[in-house]
Parts: sequence; C-alpha cells; structure tokens
Amino acid sequence: MSIIEVNSLTKYYGKSPGIVDVSFAEEEGEIFGFIGPNGAGKSTTIRLLLSLIHPTSGSARVFGKDVTTHGPEIRRDIGYLPSEVFYYQGMKVIDLLKYSASFYERDCTQRMHELSKLMELELNRRISDLSYGNKKKVGIVQGLLHSPKLLLLDEPTAGLDPLMQRKFFDLVRAENARGVTVFFSSHILGEVQRLCTRVGIIREGRIVEISDIRSLQQNNYKKVNVTADGLNPATFDLPGVTNVQAEDGTLHFFFKGDINMVLQKLGSLQVVDVDIEEPTLEEIFMHYYE
Amino acid sequence: MSATIYKHEFLARLKSVLIWSLSITGMILFYFSIFPAFADQAEVTNQLLAKFPPALLEAFGMNKMDLSSVMGFYSLVFLFVQLCLAIQAGNYGFGLVSIEENELTADFLMSKPVSRAHILTSKLLAALSSLLLTDLVIAAASFAAIALFRGSRSYEPSTLVLVLVSGIILQLFFLCVGLVISLLVKRVRSVTPYSLGLGFGTYVLAAFSGVFGDVKLEYLTPFKHLDPATIVKNAAYDTPLVLLNVAISLVSLAVSYWLYLRRDIPAVS
Repeated sequence: MSIIEVNSLTKYYGKSPGIVDVSFAEEEGEIFGFIGPNGAGKSTTIRLLLSLIHPTSGSARVFGKDVTTHGPEIRRDIGYLPSEVFYYQGMKVIDLLKYSASFYERDCTQRMHELSKLMELELNRRISDLSYGNKKKVGIVQGLLHSPKLLLLDEPTAGLDPLMQRKFFDLVRAENARGVTVFFSSHILGEVQRLCTRVGIIREGRIVEISDIRSLQQNNYKKVNVTADGLNPATFDLPGVTNVQAEDGTLHFFFKGDINMVLQKLGSLQVVDVDIEEPTLEEIFMHYYE
Repeated sequence: MSATIYKHEFLARLKSVLIWSLSITGMILFYFSIFPAFADQAEVTNQLLAKFPPALLEAFGMNKMDLSSVMGFYSLVFLFVQLCLAIQAGNYGFGLVSIEENELTADFLMSKPVSRAHILTSKLLAALSSLLLTDLVIAAASFAAIALFRGSRSYEPSTLVLVLVSGIILQLFFLCVGLVISLLVKRVRSVTPYSLGLGFGTYVLAAFSGVFGDVKLEYLTPFKHLDPATIVKNAAYDTPLVLLNVAISLVSLAVSYWLYLRRDIPAVS
C-alpha cells in the first residue's frame, strides 16, 4: 500500500494555479524528495495532504484514506514541520509541547524530553524570546514527539545552523530506519541528494519528473567536457546533447542516451582533454528549469 | 469538542475577561453611587430632563425611563453595560479564528488530529464560557450596587434578571455576527476596529432609529431588539424582536460552520 497517493490533484487560488494535475505515490519507508523553486507548489501540495486547504479537483490519499474525508484520523500519524514556524507567543516552550502532545492519545512525555535534549532545546523559555533557529527546533520536537508514521517536512532546514542541520538529518534517518516514511520538500538539492531515495521535481505547479535519485544521476545524464582542436558547438550535434557551452576551445554539454555515440565522436577528434562525469543534482535541476 | 482546545482558548482569554469584568463592575458601582442623589431629587431630575432636546432623550430611550426608580435607573446604566458587552463579544467573535490565522498558529492547530467542526465548537464554547463568566461578575456587581444604594426603594429582582439575561442574548449576537463577518472578509488584520465598528455602528443605529421614529431601523440593531428601557417598562421582552435577534445569531452561526469547514487556511505570504 502506498503511504501517499496523489491523483491529478489540482488547486487553484482564485484564478492563479497553485498546483495542476499533480500525481505521484510514495511507498512505505521511502524518503521522497520534492524539489522545486519557491512558489512551485511544494507547500500547496503538503497543505493539501494535511487538508489545511481543499483541492479544486483530483484527490489525495494518505494511509489509504482520502484526505478530505478522513483528515483527523490521518493526522494522528502525521508529523508536520512547516518551513516557517509560528507558535503562541505568550507560551513557554514546555507548555507548547505539552499542548501539542495533548492532542494525541499516546503518552509523548518521554519522547518529548528525548527530542528536546537531542535538539538542545531550553524548555523553560518563552516562545517570544526564541531566535528563529530555536523556534525551528521547537517545531522539530513538536512534529516528532508523537512518533508519527509519516513525516511531512516543508523546507525543514531553513534557519538551522549546519551543526543542527546534521543532527536533524541524522534524526530523520533514524526515524526512517524505524520505518517512518518521509516526504521532504526542499529547494536545496544537496540535502535532497544526501537524504532521499526518490525525487519528484515540480515546476510552476506541475510535476516535471519523478525518478529514482540514482537513475536521475547515473543512467540518464552525463556531463561531458571536451577540449580538442577545431571544436565548435556544432561538432556534437547529436540527439541527446543539450546545454552546449563553448569556452576557449572547450565544450561543455549534457548527454542523455547511448554514451557510445559520444565516444565514437570523440574518437574522430584530436582530443586534448576529456571528462565524462556524473552531473550533480544541482546541474540536472537547472537543466529542468530552462 | 476538544477539552484540550477549550482549555487553551479559555485560559488565553482569562486576562481579557478579568479586565472587562472589573471595568464594567467599576462602571456599575460608580453610576449607582449617584443614584440616591438622583432619586431623592426626582422632581429636579425630571425638570432637568425636560430641558433636554426630546430627540436626545429619544435616542437614549430616556423618555421611557423613570430615573427615580431603581430599575429605571438601572436600565440607563445597562445601556452602557450593553455597549461594553457588545464590544467584548465582538472582539471574541472577530478574533475566534482570525487571530490564529494572522499569527499563523492555525497551521499548528489544524495539523493536529482534530476536525474543523471540533475546533470551532471548542473555540465557541470557550468564548461563551468567557462571556458567561463576565456576566456572572456583572450580575453580582448589579445586585451589590442595588443593595448598596437603593436605600428604602423597592425593585423587582425578576426584572433585573430579565435585563441581565438580555445581556447574554446580546453577547451571542455579537459573537456569532463577528465570527461570520471575520470568515466572510478575506483577512481580519486587527480585531478591535471591526468589533468597535460593529458595536458602535449598531448602537448609533439604535439611537437614530429613535430620532427618526417611523424608520424601521430597529429590525437591524440588537440594541433595539433588547432595549433595557422597554424591558424594564414592560417587565418582559419584546418577543418578536428577541426572536429576530436570536434568528440572526443562529443563521450567522450556521453560516460560520459552513464557511469554516470549507475554508482554505492562508499560508505565510
């Protein structure tokens, strides 16, 4: 059974599209990366899954249940960390966490203290006195304290220092190792690359590509840099070649397809230097966005 | 209904309830402290009032009040109490959902395993409890003020109860109407201008409806539905108007649920 199952989900805000015809599925135990620039529809998708907003058309199921009709039931097992956290200003951290825990049937006290200790959170401070990064930590603890089966993380690392980011990633990995499914939205590709097994790329509200992170990196694209005599951008006029850039007798391009075609072409040239490498996700990503 | 939300909401409003209750208590005691002087010189008072422009007396319903009687005087004091109750209830109504959306804590609450209907019901019951707590304090203050200053003059406690209960009906009106307006407009950035606007607006409308006599503004404003001078004079409610008032509240409440269950919670922008 898929943990998340989204079918032609569409959300319009008035006339402007939030997301259009988005479909994907996430299986149990996966860490699914959801990548796209700001305003591409990442948060809209997550807010639809939480039924904070209602779909214009299409449907979404979490744990096999429809999100619009079974919201409260589904949310029992969801941990949500928004990109920007806002809490009741007058409350103390500990009171907020207790308030959060009181919504769940199981006893969360022990887990709450474990997590607070791990994230080095001071429980007796007022929310209004906390820095942005510290509020974020409160968000992490309150999102995880009820041991959810599905984590919805919406650009979770913004505002965390690198050390805390690493701790956070370790935490997410540990949760995942216990069987927790993770839906991770981000515009920072490095972190998605480090963490996720599969990615969906969203652009202007539409899914552009869903792919295994390995196949995205390895099988599909190669980044080729060639330095040779008498090169010009037309030299590698092959199907599958994109993003050709010429620079001082060196050509850079992406290639998708049978690599032998490139090798044959190279064989016919007087090559000074050549690199064929895996493109970073960043480069693949830029490619999708052109 | 979620006990957790109810408790949180009730405690969040407790300070405001204290401030309103104590202010209104102070006001009632202050006004009643001048009642003995008023009543002793009923003759002078009535002469003084006769010199006021009739339109003004009409506007405040003072032509219906016998200010030398305990309940007549109380109905004048209760005019101001009503205005306070309206603004307080309006505050709670307008802020019930909009404050969380403005301070962006709605995301937190709504990602919890509770349904929208439960959230709204819990919030409404918490606000209602806050208002009733205020009413209890006001009732105590009213009985105390009357006991302290009535001297040997008699009054009908059942009429006082009738006036006090009319306060609750008035609060429900402003709570429900405030709530439905806050859900109809795109975003309530600050609660106070709205509740002051609604409170004073309907209050002035009630005053003008007296001035213009034949213009039927009284159907629109709760201050006419529940005019204390009329209640005291007849020792009864004007039943059709009260029913109209309750009907407006109930429709607002039903529409609020309908809107809230379908509402898109705005994100950070």
